[in-house]
Amino acid sequence: MENTFALGWIDYAIMLIYFVFVLGIGWALKKFMRSATDFLEAGRSLPAWVTGLAFISANLGALEVIGMAASGAKYGMMTVHFYWIGAIPAMIFLAIFMMPFYYGSKARSVPEYLKLRFDEKTRGFNAFAFAFMTIMASGASMHALALLAEQLLGWDYTLSLIGSAVIVLVYTYLGGLSSAIYNEVLQFFLIVIGFLPLVFISLKAVGGWEGVKGSLDANMLHSWKYAANPGQNPMGVEWMGIIVGLGFVLSFGYWCTNFLVVQRAMAAGSMGAARRTPLIGALPKMFIPFLVILPGIIAAALLQDDQSFIPFKEGSETVRDFDKVIPVLLMKYLPTGVLGLGVTALMASFMSGMAGNVTAFNTVFTYDIYQSYINPNKSDKHYLGVGQITTIAGVLVSILAAYIAKQFNNIMDFLQLIFAFINAPLFATFLLGMFTKRTTGHAAFWGLLSGTFGAAIHHGLTVPAGAESLIKGGWLTGSVENALQVYPSEMAQNFWTAIFAFALALILTLVISAVTKRNKTDEELKGLVYSLTPKVQDDSKHWYEKPQVLAIIIGVVALALSIIFW
Amino acid sequence: MGLDIKFPIGLMFAIFGVMLTIQGIATSGATELYAKSFGVNVNLWSGLFMLAFGSLMLIFSLKKKKAENK
Repeated sequence: MENTFALGWIDYAIMLIYFVFVLGIGWALKKFMRSATDFLEAGRSLPAWVTGLAFISANLGALEVIGMAASGAKYGMMTVHFYWIGAIPAMIFLAIFMMPFYYGSKARSVPEYLKLRFDEKTRGFNAFAFAFMTIMASGASMHALALLAEQLLGWDYTLSLIGSAVIVLVYTYLGGLSSAIYNEVLQFFLIVIGFLPLVFISLKAVGGWEGVKGSLDANMLHSWKYAANPGQNPMGVEWMGIIVGLGFVLSFGYWCTNFLVVQRAMAAGSMGAARRTPLIGALPKMFIPFLVILPGIIAAALLQDDQSFIPFKEGSETVRDFDKVIPVLLMKYLPTGVLGLGVTALMASFMSGMAGNVTAFNTVFTYDIYQSYINPNKSDKHYLGVGQITTIAGVLVSILAAYIAKQFNNIMDFLQLIFAFINAPLFATFLLGMFTKRTTGHAAFWGLLSGTFGAAIHHGLTVPAGAESLIKGGWLTGSVENALQVYPSEMAQNFWTAIFAFALALILTLVISAVTKRNKTDEELKGLVYSLTPKVQDDSKHWYEKPQVLAIIIGVVALALSIIFW
Repeated sequence: MGLDIKFPIGLMFAIFGVMLTIQGIATSGATELYAKSFGVNVNLWSGLFMLAFGSLMLIFSLKKKKAENK
């Protein structure tokens, strides 16, 4: 493989124009930033199609594009489980059942909802955990971008890291959440249109879908067919782990409680728009696999004929570096011109991931940490200033986090691990908190805490098959051989860690609720708990705007896709 | 927020579209350049597609502006 891309002037021109537009949007929004609400909540005024596309674009970062292509090459068609079962049902649930409480309660963040529903300590725990998680994710995005720029464009790692950080910082500092959201919409279209030529030409290279089928084993081409036995499929998981671990616990834990995505819906202009946000996002989300997983599967097929198609990891002679799938395809098949477009699309995906995390971080820090614990009862102007300073601080800490992310080989596995520890038990807390009024503050807090530590302990006692170091698990047992349970793969271990954490949090929250007194009256829980909240009035003007109608359409399409590629 | 995002999106893709269409026409005989993409002039096709998409966005944006001015 050649060392770097040969970019022409037109490629650089495209990149430069993109940067001008991204910064220009931030600049144009600067004059609207008059209060903390404008800066941190986008004034709760955006249309549903904008927040809907931002909803999935904020998630379409490094993790998705590079990670999903890598998974496609490694695990084949089964990677679609991260979409049709691992995202769509949760997005529908969020829109129909949870959004009325998030948006209706007037909470400004997910941690703040926890404060209103439960108590201060539950909010505090979630706020600090979330702040840590977003900074790590933002750092992972930056690291991936800088690494790519270094390896493919021949740019300096540190310089690329700082360069991308500065661009994101400028546009989020100028226009706050609105700027991040509007740019996410722009980035969404750029990622889709920028990758389309790559998908088409790669498909041509391999000889169409028939060519893929001719080169790969059948277990790389089906999502469910080989899921009965972990030994028969490349992912090393079985259907129970997929449905309960990924499809229920991890997916609902991420899409329904992660403030990064929920924040996009909360920025919508009305209750109806807020509920439509995840649904409008789900429509294109179902087809993203064709953009990010398909190139990975094609690369795996091409690898069969050409053993040098994907390079090995640095320092290894057996492990392929699947994170290189997209860059390799870009380099091999795109001529100068569309090459610049593809590289810019890749950069856009990193930036949307970074900016999404930064804007979620500054809101949680300002409202849930600074205003709650450090300096309450100040003027709105004061919190606007704090929000702006936090944006700068958040970017700086992300740069540090990027160097930590540098230690881990597979970004996706690393983030999945953190999601399992923090998000999985959180969904148990929300489920019980939103749908039963009996759940108490103490129960929520201790259930959540035990779930998170339970996840860590489970991970510390088990290992995936073939693990060589204690980073992959088993660190509580002293050595890989002493682990209590060996899972067929790292993915299976992650899914079961999540299931374990969720079950632990659920049971403990129920038990502790039964033995502790309620700390909120029915009156205080109005708008926060299902049985105490009046049904939302549907404000849709047309039948196709109704959340239930959209949900059914999405459910049917996702089911049809699952059957076609079963 | 008083920003119609369709306008910058439309403008950016229209610019990209014009650039790649011109590049595609200018390099239409360059078989060596398009050997990579199996003889497909991807620049021209992507350029035309983006030009169409960008123009559509711009038209929607201008229509909305007109309606608001009335």
